[in-house]
Amino acid sequence: MQKITRSDLINKAKELFANGTVNRVLGWKAGEFAYDVTPAVFNSIEDMEKNFVFGDFCNANFSKYLIAETGKSAEKVLVFLKPCDTYSFNQLLTEHRFAREKVYAVGIPCEGMLDIGKIKNLAGDGILEIISGENAVTVKTLYDDDKTLNYADIMVERCLSCKSKKHVAYDELIGEEGDVIDSNRFDEVERIEKMTSDERFAFWQSQLSKCIRCNACRDICPACTCEKCVFDNPKSSVNNKAISDSFEEKMFHIIRAFHVAGRCTDCGECSRVCPQGIPLHLLNRKFIKDINSFYGDYQAGEEEGSRAPLINYTFDDLEPGEAVGRGE
Amino acid sequence: MRKCSLNLLDTIFAKITAEAKLYLPVDGENGAEYKVWEPGVQYSNSLNTVRSAKDFFFPQTENLIEFKVTGKQIDVIDVRNEHEDFVIFGVRACDAASFDILDRVFLSEPVDSYYANRRAHGVVMTMACTRPVETCFCSTFDIDAANPAGDITCWKTEDSIYFRANSEKGAALLAKLDGITEECDDSSVTAQQEKTRQIMSKLPLANLTTEKFGGGKTKDFFNAPEWKELSQACLGCGTCTFVCPTCQCYDIKDYDTGNGVIRFRCWDSCMYSDFTRMAHGNSRNSQVERFRQRFMHKLVYFPENNEGIFGCVGCGRCLAKCPISMNIVKVMKTIGEK
Repeated sequence: MQKITRSDLINKAKELFANGTVNRVLGWKAGEFAYDVTPAVFNSIEDMEKNFVFGDFCNANFSKYLIAETGKSAEKVLVFLKPCDTYSFNQLLTEHRFAREKVYAVGIPCEGMLDIGKIKNLAGDGILEIISGENAVTVKTLYDDDKTLNYADIMVERCLSCKSKKHVAYDELIGEEGDVIDSNRFDEVERIEKMTSDERFAFWQSQLSKCIRCNACRDICPACTCEKCVFDNPKSSVNNKAISDSFEEKMFHIIRAFHVAGRCTDCGECSRVCPQGIPLHLLNRKFIKDINSFYGDYQAGEEEGSRAPLINYTFDDLEPGEAVGRGE
Repeated sequence: MRKCSLNLLDTIFAKITAEAKLYLPVDGENGAEYKVWEPGVQYSNSLNTVRSAKDFFFPQTENLIEFKVTGKQIDVIDVRNEHEDFVIFGVRACDAASFDILDRVFLSEPVDSYYANRRAHGVVMTMACTRPVETCFCSTFDIDAANPAGDITCWKTEDSIYFRANSEKGAALLAKLDGITEECDDSSVTAQQEKTRQIMSKLPLANLTTEKFGGGKTKDFFNAPEWKELSQACLGCGTCTFVCPTCQCYDIKDYDTGNGVIRFRCWDSCMYSDFTRMAHGNSRNSQVERFRQRFMHKLVYFPENNEGIFGCVGCGRCLAKCPISMNIVKVMKTIGEK
């Protein structure tokens, strides 16, 4: 359950509307059900009071939306950022992707968000209501008795290995500030590293062959901000909507992982939105883990303006040959 | 109507497999998907598959023809492979209804022979729903979840499975199962149907209606200011179009093999920036226009050209899979309430 409430956020917005700091709010809009929350722009407090929602399904990372949103108006937009969102926010600023002065960022604490897919698997068919409690949720369904589910069993995968409850960028904070977490996020990467190369190939082939090339991973990714993606450019000769053969889609994901290497903050949106359930974040995490071990710990987005090791040559840098031959 | 004990399901599957390749929903780590049946493969209890059944007739990608260049000679190679008989078991009413929509596109002149061949070689065995979920709204489009179409309709009760043939193809296949099934009346099926229809009428989306939409309504909705707000968070990804059982747009492309060309077609998405790109450029340059196109096509343009049939079957896949949870239900409610 989230420690701050919808009314905390509405009150903050009310104050910022009233004193003229902002003229609109980037927030979460309630849907048809308990869980289908949509990112939306709210132009007034009345609008917020009607449709704004905050709770355990407010997964969307708004950082990338700021690129388009700050281009729309000279006035400031209020954005609510969870700790992990602030890393994307900083990384986008480092890359000069939006105008900081057009944003009023309010950092909000996050207790981890929920995965409706996991809830459906555990609670049964026909979700009617999801009531958040202190340590568990109660789910009312069409056919079965009410089920009580522990947060640990229904949290989005990325939240189970949360890297930080600390905000790295904001104008103002609501609620208690947290700490960077010594998380278990590289455990799964290590498990894959320990596989033989044949096993590893088989693992990725079975995962990536599920890809339907919907591009949701790329389109949600706060690090994927090219105005025209090479894969959408008919003149690039690599544009392709098809999964014409399995090689094709492997290349797509690996090229994408290389392109965001050193810039990916590990926000986990790619895996969260994949309709086929491919653990795409593991490709990015492998890169992060390697960068850490080759060049010293580096967290993209931790500090605005930081130079990623991959674009920052020093005499102490690892020789390329030292990386060759690993995983044989 | 024929029936047999549920214990004989594997015997039924084996008998069908002796006739043709049999595909059916099987549980996987990401939900159910169609797999080839073989002994030991378990038929899924899931309500529906993650991807729709349109893949069987309109695969995501298929090679149409190949050209091979040797010196000054160009060989045209026939690479067609859509002549294999197959049976799909467990198709739900929504997906079965989507085949009618696809037929209207691919089987009208000029007939798409790739699609037509697959339709001719495929037998569809549907399974009536008994546990529809909150995202289901097939009844909005007058589809009866308790009485799905297809070549053979099946109903599964606690101890039996019932079969009814709806077409010649279906009757021929069902006749092959005569040794396993027995003639029966439809009282159990009728009772189950009644119960399912009761549940359908109480679902959260049961009151969603199409009455505001249909052919001739272009002017009512095309310039609605609501499109901007509805589409503002749209990522422009193709998830909704690719999980949709009725989306049928495709692109045809040439793949350079180094010594020739493989001409293939693949699903396309009206959400993509290069969709229907022509010599002069793109006809829809903004995401608002692209978003509007998808819903206007399903709710206005398609019925306009197809005797009022809507381009949606209410399967609910887009509701479950859209990364930002925007979908046709929210569009119908917002635009329709004007």
